[in-house]
Amino acid sequence: MLSEYFGLALRSLRKRKLRSWLTMIGIFIGIAAVVSLISLGQGMQKAITEQFFQLGADKVTVQLKGSRTGPPGSNTDFTLTTKDLDALRRANGVELAAGRLIEQGRLEFNDVERYTFVVSVPEEPELKELIDSIAQVKIIEGRGLKPGDQWKVLIPQSYRDTPKFGGKALRVGDKLRINDQTVDIVGVVKRTGNPFVDNAFQMMEPAMRELFGLPEKYGGLVAQINTNMDLQIVTENIEKVLRKERGFKKGEEDFEVLTADEAFDSFRTILNIVSAVLIGIASISLIVGGVGITNTMFTAVLERKREIGIMKAIGARNSDIVLLFLIEAGLLGLVGGLIGIGLGVGLGKLVEFAAYRAFGESLIKAHFPPLLIVGSLAFSFVLGSLAGALPAYRAGRLPPVEALRE
Amino acid sequence: MKERLKKRTPHSRTRDIIIRLENVWKTYTMGKTKVHALRGLDLTVYRGEFLSIMGPSGSGKSTAMNMIGCLDIPTKGTITLEGKNIAQMSESALAQIRGRKIGFIFQKFNLINTLTAKQNVTLPMIFQNIPREQREQRAAELLALVNLADRMNHRPTELSGGQQQRVAIARALALEPTVILADEPTGNLDSSTGETVMEFLEKLHREKGTTIVLVTHDEHVAAHADRIVSLNDGRIGGRT
Ligand SMILES: Nc1ncnc2c1ncn2[C@@H]1O[C@H](COP(=O)(O)OP(=O)(O)OP(=O)(O)O)[C@@H](O)[C@H]1O
Ligand SMILES: [Mg+2]
Repeated sequence: MLSEYFGLALRSLRKRKLRSWLTMIGIFIGIAAVVSLISLGQGMQKAITEQFFQLGADKVTVQLKGSRTGPPGSNTDFTLTTKDLDALRRANGVELAAGRLIEQGRLEFNDVERYTFVVSVPEEPELKELIDSIAQVKIIEGRGLKPGDQWKVLIPQSYRDTPKFGGKALRVGDKLRINDQTVDIVGVVKRTGNPFVDNAFQMMEPAMRELFGLPEKYGGLVAQINTNMDLQIVTENIEKVLRKERGFKKGEEDFEVLTADEAFDSFRTILNIVSAVLIGIASISLIVGGVGITNTMFTAVLERKREIGIMKAIGARNSDIVLLFLIEAGLLGLVGGLIGIGLGVGLGKLVEFAAYRAFGESLIKAHFPPLLIVGSLAFSFVLGSLAGALPAYRAGRLPPVEALRE
Repeated sequence: MKERLKKRTPHSRTRDIIIRLENVWKTYTMGKTKVHALRGLDLTVYRGEFLSIMGPSGSGKSTAMNMIGCLDIPTKGTITLEGKNIAQMSESALAQIRGRKIGFIFQKFNLINTLTAKQNVTLPMIFQNIPREQREQRAAELLALVNLADRMNHRPTELSGGQQQRVAIARALALEPTVILADEPTGNLDSSTGETVMEFLEKLHREKGTTIVLVTHDEHVAAHADRIVSLNDGRIGGRT
């Protein structure tokens, strides 16, 4: 008989279309926020987790403060240098340490100018391997860089796959100009999902130093540490030697030593703040939506007193009336939820697309697991029914004679 | 007690009592004043009879009908329906009786406007868990019986008053009730339309032996009944 009750409830809602739509707005917004939030949150969590686990628990990075998320700005006079790298190597517990230049370069090809990052690759095979493993460098076309390569570069996959220079893409064998120096493209680096790596051109370190006129600077340092030692202690050792080398007192350092965990945590904090804000918006609109349903259902009970009286006169029990109104409220929630899911999926995809446009690579992927969809639908139906519970109870309790008197 | 037994009692049915009201009081308290809608009403309805209740406005006719129909419970007194005292029944048991044993016909038709004629007729069967196919078939039969086979999918607002009242009759018959309670069924109809509606009720009574209790102001309408009782000041008899 439940299907008949759904039919009856649906008919009542359709009779009052405008009011039903207005009532559902709060639910749309709430569910849309929840769905897009969860889909993106999951996507981001996944992407970030993947990246930081690439870094590995046995590695730490050294960066200047304020440069956590990207390469250091070129405006600062304080840079990491080859001396810092030497100091890092001296720290107890550090097995291997490498440095990397990270600079903004001006590219010219097919009469089009673009700016992107150029990063250096160390000459020593051991260090090159360390850097490559962190950045997950895989050559999908052409060859890798070799010691002695001077005006040769590796390009990221997106520059080969997407025409970024006036309708032309780059190919292995092409020549282009970086900061007015003609260079050869010798290989293509596979997409990693890390927007930074996926936009960086790679050159051997000596060539890059010459090209950019930076004999000593490093953009960032990486160390592989002895896994038999406590990470905390090694980190402190590193801080100590670098403080001494750079002449800072404890607590006033201009640099920071990040472990994979810490870097991960700081990302997660940002993510959590964003999530908290979205959850706040979602809960407020769900509450508002719920109250809206309660209000609408109270009005419906008042308006339909006579109908309730008729139904009771022809044999409806109190519980039948309660059920009818509960289903009606639940349907308001459910339909609101359906539309909310549609909006949420759209919103999630939009953010994914916007991120793709901004970073050139898909750092943020919106995931819509079936459980999320089914769960949201069930939740919105239950929310609607709960919001309708009190009005429905009132409707059920109406004495038939009084209801018919209307 | 004043009771006019009409000469025209065609079928000599066994005088089997289906409803009995004994010393029934209904008192409404409005602030400090008390309104006695019924003051010790005694009334017996026999199986298979067509009974008319007449009486001036405010005499308690509708109140009495609501009691008979289990829509309301008395302040005092007993009401027995087929031997059971309804004053002591639970809400859901009363609903069950209303659904299964009683068919209401109201002055204001009381159809549900969002539903078609056919859906209105099926509604009482939905509440009694009658399977869909059976419901549909029965509703179609009943609407044909009241000459509305061609109006099944019309909504009440698309029907005339007389047609709406016939839908209401079909609805009242949906579960083959023991008794049909009609509270001024012709009150909102012109006299000729009212007459057709009355002919349906009379036909039902004659051919199917349905028990009918009718409330009316109109002598002509009351004349369709086997027996007429008059109600005055919440009691049978008194001034006529
Ligand atoms: N819910 C109520 N609250 C207060 N008084 C009521 C209520 N229902 C009925 N009454 C009073 O009880 C008395 C009987 O009412 P009832 O509706 O039974 O009269 P009636 O005989 O059906 O009248 P009519 O012919 O006008 O329909 C009236 O005086 C009415 O005012
Ligand atoms: Mg009345």
